[in-house]
Amino acid sequence: MFESLFTSFDTDSVFDEFRRLENEVAQLFGHSPWPSGIRAVGRGTFPPINIGATPERVDVYLFAANLEPKSLDISIQQNLLTVSGSRNAEVNESAQYYRRERFDGEFRRVITLPEDVDPERVQAKYRNGVLQITIQRHEAARPRQITVS
Amino acid sequence: MSETQNVATRGSTGVGKESAEGSTALESATRDREGVLIPAVDIFEDEHQITVQAEMPGVSKEGLNVQADRNSLLIEGEVALELASGMAALYADLRSTKYRRTFTLSGELETGQIAASLKDGLLTVRIPKRAEFRTRKIKVEVPS
Repeated sequence: MFESLFTSFDTDSVFDEFRRLENEVAQLFGHSPWPSGIRAVGRGTFPPINIGATPERVDVYLFAANLEPKSLDISIQQNLLTVSGSRNAEVNESAQYYRRERFDGEFRRVITLPEDVDPERVQAKYRNGVLQITIQRHEAARPRQITVS
Repeated sequence: MSETQNVATRGSTGVGKESAEGSTALESATRDREGVLIPAVDIFEDEHQITVQAEMPGVSKEGLNVQADRNSLLIEGEVALELASGMAALYADLRSTKYRRTFTLSGELETGQIAASLKDGLLTVRIPKRAEFRTRKIKVEVPS
């Protein structure tokens, strides 16, 4: 009889509620300078991503320490970049754990890139725990300097 | 800013604490307070040592600073990325390039013997226990 009362207070929904509130407050105070995309995920999703752009290229940085580059699956379809992989923490069975905050398991992130990227010219490298994916932009889309004669 | 935490909360409270904090852990890793990122950590203890594993992607050996004295352990790192000139941010989960986290240490740890290693952005710090504090198994003798 009281089940609904208690299930509505399970930890997940409470945290979701906090997260929703946090997002709303952030929106209100303009802490997020970027309009959130349709595929955007909440803060705290693994791995965190930063994206930088120049007129020539777009660089996507995924911050994920101790990855096995072979386990990564990177694909691009038009301007939609998908990165998935897994990371399994080696658990020390004989040890007592005090904190386990590090991400463990499978992850997947979908990133919408600017429309003018060239899906044929993509490079990826993994260094110091950062996966950097560089996508060149189409020549024609680059801004051109026009001189007045 | 100095957020100090116990490396190991001993006794029965230690176990409960771990699960209670688990759900917010990832968030603490990416939330920046006063422009500093708090790296996510795993901390575990075995017979000989306490191990701290901290997630610090983007930090190279040169940008890393691990300091320990009798009472505290400081982990610090600076993110260095390969950036194209004139690059503008389109999106950013990480809003800072500095990681920092501090832990308090307790007296039974051999702070002079701390070893640290960094591989692919994962920092591992091993703090050995003083020999006299290592757990000794006590055998229960059963009269036959």
